[in-house]
Amino acid sequence: MTDHFFVALLLLVNLRLFASSRMGSLIRGAAAQSFLTVCLSALLRDGGITAESWIFLIVSGLVKCLVLPLLMFRALRTVGIRRDIEPFVGYRVSLFLGLGAAAFSFWGVVQLPLPGGGVNPTAIAAALLSMITGLFLIVARRKAISQAIGYLVMENGIFGLAPSLAVHSPLIVEAGVLLDVFVGVFVMSVIILHIRQEFKHIDIDRLSELKD
Amino acid sequence: MTRDIFASLGGIAFALLLAPFLRSIINRTKARISGRRGAPLLQPYFSLARLLRKGAVYSSTTTWIFRAGPVAGLVTVFGAICLLPFGGGPALFRFEGDFLLLTYLLAVGRFFTILAALDTGSSFEGMGANREAFFSALSEPTLLLGLAGLGAVTGSLSLTDIYGRIGASVFLEANMPALIFILAAFMIVFLSENARIPVDDPTTHLELTMIHEAMILDHCGIDLAFIEFAGALKLWTLGLLITGLIFPVRFGVFWLDSLVSLFSLATLAVCIGIVESSMARLKMGRVPQLLSIAFVMSTLWIMWVVK
Repeated sequence: MTDHFFVALLLLVNLRLFASSRMGSLIRGAAAQSFLTVCLSALLRDGGITAESWIFLIVSGLVKCLVLPLLMFRALRTVGIRRDIEPFVGYRVSLFLGLGAAAFSFWGVVQLPLPGGGVNPTAIAAALLSMITGLFLIVARRKAISQAIGYLVMENGIFGLAPSLAVHSPLIVEAGVLLDVFVGVFVMSVIILHIRQEFKHIDIDRLSELKD
Repeated sequence: MTRDIFASLGGIAFALLLAPFLRSIINRTKARISGRRGAPLLQPYFSLARLLRKGAVYSSTTTWIFRAGPVAGLVTVFGAICLLPFGGGPALFRFEGDFLLLTYLLAVGRFFTILAALDTGSSFEGMGANREAFFSALSEPTLLLGLAGLGAVTGSLSLTDIYGRIGASVFLEANMPALIFILAAFMIVFLSENARIPVDDPTTHLELTMIHEAMILDHCGIDLAFIEFAGALKLWTLGLLITGLIFPVRFGVFWLDSLVSLFSLATLAVCIGIVESSMARLKMGRVPQLLSIAFVMSTLWIMWVVK
């Protein structure tokens, strides 16, 4: 019952990420998605939530809902870019692509034989949708920061899939990915700052002009 | 059986008598929030009575289509009300798939309003008709899909059964997210179809920004009264589609159930008043985005119902 509610919210947040036009709302959306994913995976871990997995959940929740979004907001402030995302694909088309992605992930989950049983299939579909959302943000948005957000969103998807796919040691998978993303975002925010100082913009499609 | 017919006729009588009152609740709420006293609560009735006493003036360029527009608008909405269950009782006419008829009765009314607007040859009215056709083309599939979703959740195809089977317990089941998505989609369709604020401003005086009002600029007197009354009935009809989801409480006694329905409609009107006082209308170019969000919401139930 509660997990259905969280899945519905997660679906909405994903569609919001597809359609949002502002940097700030994108970062806030990613933070909300992280929060929902952590809540969902706490709900879905059937029965045996040990002390260490509690600690891990809380730590990853703090990192993904507070630290990473704050880092991104800070990068946004220091770079001082315009607030809109400048998409390669328009917002309304993106929204309908998001709907298609949602349909695809639900269809995919129905088709896939999943190990671990017992886990709410709609939750897995929502996690799959998060991964697709992340990929979409990486591919279809112009600013380098939205790519960092895309990685974070994709990480949320992996995080949501972990308890159902990696039955035996989901903790290791999650911890590894979380570390990767943390370092990735950290490095990204530094690099974005340098790109900005060097070239006065962070449009990735213009970086290819930088050949010697 | 006779009791059923009595109940459905009672529902229609309530609609005919009290529909304009919803508008005065909205206006009173807006007035109170902005610190004014507001028009008398019976003002919509006074306006209707005055318009009915007036004669109509017809431009020499218009044909019978212009005169048929308001009548067709009123008749189709009245037909829609006959299909809607009120207060837990059954609708006057009910059959499998009557939600299709409901949607398309509203569409026929809109079609005639648009034709009447085009018939005047006024450029403003053509503009209004253009916008109305565009936005309603986006909100119509939303309404239809949402109703189909309700049908799938409750396992029935007639509006009476659909709304009869939505009880308080539905919200505790796994289908609850589907209902909430449909509710959100209906809310947006409700605001757009009734020309309320995020989409259209009912009190605007600038023709360039009008949608619905621009189409009825040339109507006056009794025709305008018909249009206003049809608008109030449409507010009532689409409002019932929403309140049937928010307040799914049934006592089994006609008067109690009617009171619940009336109270929920009044609450909805207050909510619209609050929405209208708290936000400005969207830029015209942003409206399709809002409506496509509504469309996406109305499709999401599929993921819960179809496993």
